[in-house]
Amino acid sequence: MFEDKVDEIIDQYQSDPSALIQILLAIQREYRWVSKEAIDKVSKKLDVPLNRIHHIVTFYKAFSLIPKGRHEIHVCTGTACHVRGAPRLLDSVQDLIGIKPGETDLDLKFTLETVGCVGCCALGPVMVIDGEYHGKMAPAQSEAVLKNYA
Amino acid sequence: MNEIILQIDGRKVQAKEGMTVLQAAQSIGINIPTLCHHEKLESYGACRICIVEAETGGRTRLIAACVYPVEENMAVRTRSEKVDKTRKVLLEELLAHAPDSVPLQALAQEYGADKDRFEKEPSFCVLCGLCVRYCAEVKKINAIGFSDRGAKREISFIPEIASGNCWDCKECFPLCPTSYLQAAYVLIEALMR
Ligand code: SF4
Ligand code: FES
Repeated sequence: MFEDKVDEIIDQYQSDPSALIQILLAIQREYRWVSKEAIDKVSKKLDVPLNRIHHIVTFYKAFSLIPKGRHEIHVCTGTACHVRGAPRLLDSVQDLIGIKPGETDLDLKFTLETVGCVGCCALGPVMVIDGEYHGKMAPAQSEAVLKNYA
Repeated sequence: MNEIILQIDGRKVQAKEGMTVLQAAQSIGINIPTLCHHEKLESYGACRICIVEAETGGRTRLIAACVYPVEENMAVRTRSEKVDKTRKVLLEELLAHAPDSVPLQALAQEYGADKDRFEKEPSFCVLCGLCVRYCAEVKKINAIGFSDRGAKREISFIPEIASGNCWDCKECFPLCPTSYLQAAYVLIEALMR
């Protein structure tokens, strides 16, 4: 099953080496990580050396070499959010899900990251979950928000 | 190919279009120090040790000789106060990463660089890319590559490829200006066993 999907993605791009990053992104989206098996397959089918793929997947933050959780939480720690209380929001999120930024919990439910600025400082402190923005987050509200994600 | 006439250290040089300043200098026996350059490899322009002063159209700039193509009427100075000072600082920065590198120490002596000027940050590898590029361009094996970015960038062997190829080749070892490459290989070798 795993194999098929990677093949399918590669076929969608006609095994075109210039679509390497697009293919890797599609794999990341599908599995929430880029596994070694997937990298090997991409390398073979696109005829791109492993070291180049390795450089790309370690270069861009969009890729992960370990599985990420079903939901990605990004807590903004940019300047505006920082002065509006992002550190306390981050603390409360960390306490609730039990992981630090950059980590994923054992149930693969959440991955927590911090981000530099998401561009809506007036809403700070901001937390983005799976692309959905939660603005003016008081630390005490975070539990209610996180409950909505299974 | 068009002929291009330029001056290097006051001497007239006849060069071909597309040649680099470094090649033109070498053709008349003028030595410009290099670290990341290798005849058999594409120019890379990473270390900047080959910096020289070039005057074209009344403007003087610092350029990297190993990548910069010759231009008509260009006047190049391979040593000057500015060039020497730039090389000195570059060496001091590189030495903060690889204080015991033999080629770096030799250059440091020539340019009066102090290896203790900057706080040590012993990454050992200076990211010249010689090993990575040699493996890719000459051997076409790609057993070694870069990973990560910025201050965390480092070289890494690809175990599956390294295990089958590196032991019998090791041609990149003597290219490395530090001993990091060999150290990295010994580590990966231990992991492969
Ligand atoms: S290991 Fe050596 S040859 Fe390879 S990039 Fe680092 S300094 Fe250069
Ligand atoms: S030799 Fe020119 S930049 Fe390294």
